[in-house]
Amino acid sequence: MEIIVWLSRLQFATTAMFHFLFVPLTLGLSFLTAIYQTLWLKTGDEDYKRAARFWGKLFIINFGLGVVTGITLEFQFGTNWRHYSEFVGDVFGPLLAIEATMAFFLESVFIAIWWFGWNRLSPKITTLAIWLTTIGSNISALWILLANGWMQNPVGYVIKNGRAELASFWDVFTNSFGWLEFLHTVPAGYVLGGFFVLGISAYHLLKKNELTFFKKSFKVGAIWTLIWSISLLITGHFHGEEVAKKQPTKLAAMEAIWETKKGADFPLIAFPDEKKEKNVVEVLKIPGLVSFLSYNDFSAEIKGLKEWPKEERPPVVLTFWSFRIMVGLGLLFILLSIWAVIKRKNPENYPLLLRLLLINIPLPYIACEAGWIVTDVGRQPWIIYGLLKTNDAVSPISASQVGISFPAFIVVYSILGIICFWLIIKYARKGPEVENSKIKTSIDY
Amino acid sequence: MEGNIYQVIWYILWAVLWTVYFVLDGFDLGAGSILYFIGKNQKERTVVYQAIGPFWDGNEVWLITAGGATFAAFPKTYAVMFSSLYSPLLLLLFCLIIRGIAVEYRNKYENFIWKNLWDLAFFLGSILATFLLGVAFANIFQGLPIDEKGNYHGNLFTLLNPYGILGGFLFVFCFAVHGANWLAFKTEGRLAERAASLGKKLWIVAIILAALFFSGSYLSTDLWKNYFNHPILCIFPVLSLTAFFLVPPMLSKEKYLKAWIASGLGIFGFSAWAFIGLFPNMFPSSLNSSWSLTCFNSSSSVLTLKIMTIVAFIFVPIILAYTIWAYKILHFKVPTQ
Ligand code: HDD
Ligand code: HEM
Ligand code: HEM
Repeated sequence: MEIIVWLSRLQFATTAMFHFLFVPLTLGLSFLTAIYQTLWLKTGDEDYKRAARFWGKLFIINFGLGVVTGITLEFQFGTNWRHYSEFVGDVFGPLLAIEATMAFFLESVFIAIWWFGWNRLSPKITTLAIWLTTIGSNISALWILLANGWMQNPVGYVIKNGRAELASFWDVFTNSFGWLEFLHTVPAGYVLGGFFVLGISAYHLLKKNELTFFKKSFKVGAIWTLIWSISLLITGHFHGEEVAKKQPTKLAAMEAIWETKKGADFPLIAFPDEKKEKNVVEVLKIPGLVSFLSYNDFSAEIKGLKEWPKEERPPVVLTFWSFRIMVGLGLLFILLSIWAVIKRKNPENYPLLLRLLLINIPLPYIACEAGWIVTDVGRQPWIIYGLLKTNDAVSPISASQVGISFPAFIVVYSILGIICFWLIIKYARKGPEVENSKIKTSIDY
Repeated sequence: MEGNIYQVIWYILWAVLWTVYFVLDGFDLGAGSILYFIGKNQKERTVVYQAIGPFWDGNEVWLITAGGATFAAFPKTYAVMFSSLYSPLLLLLFCLIIRGIAVEYRNKYENFIWKNLWDLAFFLGSILATFLLGVAFANIFQGLPIDEKGNYHGNLFTLLNPYGILGGFLFVFCFAVHGANWLAFKTEGRLAERAASLGKKLWIVAIILAALFFSGSYLSTDLWKNYFNHPILCIFPVLSLTAFFLVPPMLSKEKYLKAWIASGLGIFGFSAWAFIGLFPNMFPSSLNSSWSLTCFNSSSSVLTLKIMTIVAFIFVPIILAYTIWAYKILHFKVPTQ
């Protein structure tokens, strides 16, 4: 494969995965902050007001990087994937443009009203602004995931004038693949946000710091996280069925199935060898489970990777293991959040639970990134499944240009990422401020 | 290729999106470029951040939308423009990233070195981003060496020709005036005075550069051609200059909001002038004018343009309404500590 394709893929993968370090927390924490704020309005309990302020601050720090890293991705379709952009612009471009008009303005304007209007505007307007920010993030997720869903499962187009032209906007909008991604990815953000709140609350509860405050955050967080963890399992299952139908190569790679057979087993652990075209190790096989999960039938036929020529198969090892990691963590999250819900009244008495929740904070991040690897690496070698190969999508630029920009991204992004997480940890440890709205009227910035 | 009305509508909307972007992000980029001239110490510089803090992100969304609209309405232009301008665009991107993060993070930690470093990042990022935007657009006005396949035959340094550099400086100084007017309006006391007197000085340079650019455009671009055919269109350059000439008197009378509106109208008129002059080209080829990308040969299908038109006509008024509302309710002076 040409070096330019490799560099562009690496650069896109790195920058997209970096963007997705911040997106899920934006989705989850804005929603939770809106809930705390609303609880304050409803009950008048000052702790909820401080909660909205405390979690809101962590949200804002995270949001900044979400914004600036998003622009990179939007530019890259044109800079690095010129032929892709020319080929799909007619169908794919509108989705991005609609995302910006419907969502990004809403998010960015109302976040300013929320944050800078605090203490200046009435609490009702602030609450409305937080909700509109949250709604904006979710709308943004919907449109971008419909765009990604179209790459996974192109619908509503005709090939005309050497490109894909829109035939039915309705079909693109109702693409089941995109909606399943939405229904799985957004809850993934909610779960990540929930565990973030639980983990930080656990830290303070362990230190016996601000007990009543963090118990309240914990209670809301625990119920929230359990609901969405379960929903992830459900939507993930439907997602898998959809993949089985629409992207057989991805399914085979996710489960490392080489030979076509009826009643395919689900190996918990396997070491696929792409050269030998088989799994060198395969243990803990659950009979017929893959067939069952994909088609609700223990003996349904699953196509093996060998059905396709080598150059049409996705990277098997990466896809297989990422899928195992995501699902494994998903099951762990359900158990952990059940435990948290049971002990929600007095979590401070269960240090083991609290410690687990604290060290759990990074795991939802890993699950999210793993999920995207399954989705986008598993789609390879297609950039648009069945329609355009990644190799044919690249820009006619020189390798040296990407050879410079890619390391530059690594350096700049590493520095910014470290700073962001350092700031989040700093403010998270500090705990909520003692609210003193009379004195503090200056702009908090 | 025969044109259709939607292609013209989208050319206009495309131009409007870029224009609004220049007018809005112009003042916060400008404020960054004059950071050290307004804030002589860290405390004073904090005021500059507070004056643009609520607005910069919303302003930048116009850039995202302009990019998205180019992709959706003119995919070929988007693809050729972004890949041809790979290096300057990525450089622009890095500038926008570090300056955005500077605004967000600078005041989140009380430390002398920390703040000084972010100040530097904010200043350099803002000024270089503005310069690059000016260079890129001047080169687009002039035409770039692209062949019939849309492949670019040049590099970063091809862009640094005299006209391109002139465009870069013009943007820097116009945005700086615009930013100074905003800071004069948003701050009080000595900072407001300082911003106003700086604004007047920068204005002199900006007006000279504008004169050079208007005449340079006659020599090295086709921008004036449409005006010879339709002299009525000259209202835009006239509007631009008239508005811009109102800036110094408004600053002298301490009518800072009006000065800011005047510089905004100046930038508006200027970019309207340029995009009208460019029409129907969007990315002209300097090698052969028949290879230029125009709104007629690079657009999406009529169906896509129709859907986008509906979306734009519903949402743009809503966006404008709540954006104006936000500017209104966040209308307060930043106290000088
Ligand atoms: C599931 C959600 C999701 C996914 C898959 C993506 N994004 Fe994103 N994006 C968001 C969810 C989001 C968000 C929640 O709306 C963000 C994150 C943090 C934020 O500030 O808004 C955002 C910000 C954001 C911004 C800045 C908006 C602003 O200035 O306010 C841009 C330009 C993009 N994104 C573009 C992209 C592109 C081109 C993507 C695909 C490759 C992408 N995003 C993937
Ligand atoms: C933010 C969450 C996302 C993550 C973490 C992610 C992850 C990845 C990864 C790992 C790759 C590299 C695949 C490879 O080359 O082997 C990739 C490629 C790509 N993805 Fe995504 N993706 C995300 C969202 C999206 C969305 C929403 C879109 C479209 C709207 C998209 C479009 C692409 C494109 C165009 C490529 C490059 C071409 C390719 O390698 O196939 N991605 N992404
Ligand atoms: C509990 C069991 C889970 C199942 C059965 C499951 C299933 C799936 C499947 C089949 C895909 C790939 C869809 C495709 O290729 O297009 C996927 C993607 C993804 N998963 Fe999961 N998942 C689970 C848990 C989780 C968890 C816990 C998280 C994160 C907290 C997560 C985050 C993601 C993300 C971000 C994607 C990529 C976006 C998408 O395609 O929707 N998943 N999941």
